[in-house]
Amino acid sequence: MGMWYWWTILGMAVVTYIPRAFPLTFLEGKELPPVISGVLRNIPYAVLGALIFPAILYVQQDNLLFGLIGTVVAFSLAFLFSNVMVVVLGTIGVLAIYSLLF
Amino acid sequence: MNNNSFVSGMKAGISIAIGYFPVALTFGLLAKTTGLSILEATAMSIFVYAGAAQYMSLTLISKGVDPILIVLNTFVVNIRHFLMTAALNEKMQSEKRWIKGIYAFGITDESFSVLATQKEKKIATPFAFGVAIIAYSSWVVFTAVGHVIGANLPAFLQAAMSIALYAMFVGLLVPSMRGSRKVVMLALVAAIINGFFYWTGLLSTGWSILVATLASSIFIEIIYTKRGKNLPKGA
Repeated sequence: MGMWYWWTILGMAVVTYIPRAFPLTFLEGKELPPVISGVLRNIPYAVLGALIFPAILYVQQDNLLFGLIGTVVAFSLAFLFSNVMVVVLGTIGVLAIYSLLF
Repeated sequence: MNNNSFVSGMKAGISIAIGYFPVALTFGLLAKTTGLSILEATAMSIFVYAGAAQYMSLTLISKGVDPILIVLNTFVVNIRHFLMTAALNEKMQSEKRWIKGIYAFGITDESFSVLATQKEKKIATPFAFGVAIIAYSSWVVFTAVGHVIGANLPAFLQAAMSIALYAMFVGLLVPSMRGSRKVVMLALVAAIINGFFYWTGLLSTGWSILVATLASSIFIEIIYTKRGKNLPKGA
């Protein structure tokens, strides 16, 4: 790659950093109207819903069953144990066994 | 131990580090096959630090797309972080702006999810640094490792580990869903809207997540505010 590559990285770095840093620094110490902060408090749970579904089904693009099993195992483990690490390692473990067998 | 310390932040971030491991490894490998040197590949992970955008940039580079379009695409993919960091700001301890400007660099979908779902009302700055640093280290180190070894994990493990980040999201969401119908509704509505955009192909992933999140958050807030107002005074 030539010099253009480094300029591209610089550009990518800047446009990635702005959306991360602007709200956190600009909004520091500002009291938002209750309606807005109410909506903002909802964001984490809505984001999680959108991040999980439907992408979790397609972790192996050619194998929907794989994603489906992963989904069921992850939710089951999460309902049984409120520990993120147990959910992550348990789901990986079950799917590893599944891919070894099938 | 202080539940808001740097070390407890690192502990909370371990699941991100595990989830980044296979993704970064594959990125390093793909970067190599795209023709990037180890320095070039690792530099991208060091300075950009954005999974989806980095993967896309490899495709665009191999197609010889204009660098300006690569940068624009990166911005579009990451626009959703405006929303996430605005939401996160409500939960973060008040802090000097330049310090927030530093840990802001470490905010990804994953670190945002871990931070924003913490039970504490306010998150201390060291905790945020702990989460950010362990996740970032995993991303950078395993990018380089992927480039060096130039091979993937055994197929069964690579496949199994591809679920890691999603399992983490589930593990963060479900405990919050307990006892809160509002949380269940928020996640469900956003998932349905996102699924709609995905299957109809109306929006690309970055926009789809942004629109689904915002629509669900506003819609559910309106419903709950109306219900609240319908309650008799003093109830």
